[in-house]
Amino acid sequence: MLSNFISYILQGTATTIAVTLIALPSGLLVGLLLALLHTYGGKVANRFAAAYSLLMRSVPPIVLLFILYFILSGNLINLNEFWAGSLSLGIVSSAYQMEILRGALLSVGSGQMTAARAVGMSRLQAIQHILLPQALRLAIPPWSNEASIVLKDSSLVYALGVPEILRRAQQLSATTQQPFLAYGTAALIYFVLVFAVNRGLDYLSERTKLPTHP
Amino acid sequence: MSDFFEFFTRFLPDLLKGASMTLLLTAEGLAAGFVLGLLATLTRSYGNKFWRGVAIGYIELFRGTPLLVQLFLIYYGLPGLGITLSRELSAFLALGLNSGAYQAEYLRGSILAIGDNQMMAGRSIGMSKWKTIWHVILPQALRLAIPAWSNEPVSLLKSTGVVFLIAIPELMAKAKSIAAKTYDPIGSYIAVAIIYLAMVYLLDAMLKWLERASRIPGFEMEGRKA
Amino acid sequence: MTDSILEARKLTKIYGSNVIFKDIDLKVAEGETIVIIGPSGTGKSTLLRCMNLLTKADNGQIFLDGKEITAPDYNEDQVRQQIGMVFQNFLLFNHLTALDNVMIGLTKVKKLPKEQAREKAMEELKRVGLADRADHYPGQLSGGQQQRVGIARALAMDPRVMLFDEPTSALDPELIGEVLGVMEKLARDRMTMLVVTHEMGFAREVADRIVFMEKGHIVEEGSPDDLFYHPKHDRTREFLWKITELYGKKEKEAGGNP
Repeated sequence: MLSNFISYILQGTATTIAVTLIALPSGLLVGLLLALLHTYGGKVANRFAAAYSLLMRSVPPIVLLFILYFILSGNLINLNEFWAGSLSLGIVSSAYQMEILRGALLSVGSGQMTAARAVGMSRLQAIQHILLPQALRLAIPPWSNEASIVLKDSSLVYALGVPEILRRAQQLSATTQQPFLAYGTAALIYFVLVFAVNRGLDYLSERTKLPTHP
Repeated sequence: MSDFFEFFTRFLPDLLKGASMTLLLTAEGLAAGFVLGLLATLTRSYGNKFWRGVAIGYIELFRGTPLLVQLFLIYYGLPGLGITLSRELSAFLALGLNSGAYQAEYLRGSILAIGDNQMMAGRSIGMSKWKTIWHVILPQALRLAIPAWSNEPVSLLKSTGVVFLIAIPELMAKAKSIAAKTYDPIGSYIAVAIIYLAMVYLLDAMLKWLERASRIPGFEMEGRKA
Repeated sequence: MTDSILEARKLTKIYGSNVIFKDIDLKVAEGETIVIIGPSGTGKSTLLRCMNLLTKADNGQIFLDGKEITAPDYNEDQVRQQIGMVFQNFLLFNHLTALDNVMIGLTKVKKLPKEQAREKAMEELKRVGLADRADHYPGQLSGGQQQRVGIARALAMDPRVMLFDEPTSALDPELIGEVLGVMEKLARDRMTMLVVTHEMGFAREVADRIVFMEKGHIVEEGSPDDLFYHPKHDRTREFLWKITELYGKKEKEAGGNP
């Protein structure tokens, strides 16, 4: 009985992790592109990225999730709940990730670009070999925060019917008549996952830190 | 486009009703969260070992789990322990407890920035610990916390969007019923998004004003790194 | 002086309504070391940045080996490979070791094979006396060491000319000597150099020619002897008098460099 309970909710955990692992990187990809457009693009690109960021960050994730879900699972593109939900979360996250990366690129400073151009690198080479490796390092701590937000926001796809942790907990609550146990377990699993993400990224940040004077 | 405008104006009264519920939930949650956050952060900074542990446990638990899960645990889970709460009270509790954990962190930053010296100075003129906290530490810490804290109202406003999942009649719930009526979910949710945009914009402008009005020259968190 | 490597003709730079410099004519001949001196904010650094196209001049032309590099469709990246630059605040790539800082131009821009690039980079590090610091990151090096890596990074590209933009002004006095020492050695090896600096000792001992710039104009130029002992203009005399007053002390502290 108890082992059934656990294995059932663990399947939901796998789905939650899968949703997060699709949403985060897709948000990173779009966010990175927008951050580069904002920082190094022309006037039009800069305006576009800024407007995108402001708009996306001013509307609640759940509202965006519904709009994007209905677009992604409509007639034009027809993805199932799992994929439409995960990618929608990724798009929601992209605006926040863009801001993180933009801040990191800014704090690397324009001097590094100048120095790279001075040894004959093109702008693209400078971004690829000099700016990004440094900016991505700086972005890890704020990005770790965003990763745990996306993990927590993955619970929103419950509303689309994706069988993630919360949906499983709801079903268990109905079959076992133990609502507190079911939802409590769901909360506990999230807590452990968020903790693990934060610790894992702390470790990554520590590992990639550049050495300084002792 | 004109179709959408017509659609928008047709449902505007209904949407505004939802929006006022959203704003009410935000205001209540913010107020409850402020009290809880203040209590939690003071306990964490100045309480004894046991209460400090309780405060840290509360903050970490509510920051480490999704609001939606907290909401369900309160509304659907607590009856399992014999505690049954109404939808409204459950939503209020979930938003307040959740926001409290985040507000505790904003306040903690500014209390740490003020440091032990102010406590020492207060004690040196014979004030008790809690008197010093009330008369010396808090007046400074609250002001110092404003810039960081000013993210919270907007963030909470956006968070309230999930409570329609326990059938609270706020904006998202309205959008859902309009979508069912019109068979146009995308249009309905975009209409709601526009209303959220307007509310966030106004709230943001108010908070910017608060930030400017409360600034004391030379007394900012950034200026206190040394 | 027909064999000039780098030449500016009527070069002008304006920011908004602010004229940084106007109608600058400057020729750098093969193997020559030119030192540009002058008060702060006279456009010396901007002039240097214009010379390798990091900043766009508003008017005038620049020639490298007789070819006009200010021509509209000229490949800037190609130009900068041939003009090395050393910055006031070093600007090492913070995420790379000393060796990788020197190597990256060779592997990514010149597309040399890794082994060959490493060999060449080690050679350049030896040349500035830092072979034993090859594996250190910029954060682990002193300012003087960082600047020497900066010089090695520029040298590795085998430039036709080296530009130095106040290479020692961000350094603690006791670290200035090691950088000037490296630069002096380069000058002796007949590297072509254009140097902006306030180190008058270096200018006097090492420069073939000194250019005195003020308010966006070249006031006077000539050999160190001419400028230091027989300046033609009052402004030059005044400036030199002030600067020896200011920097004379610092040079002594630096430990007897020229």
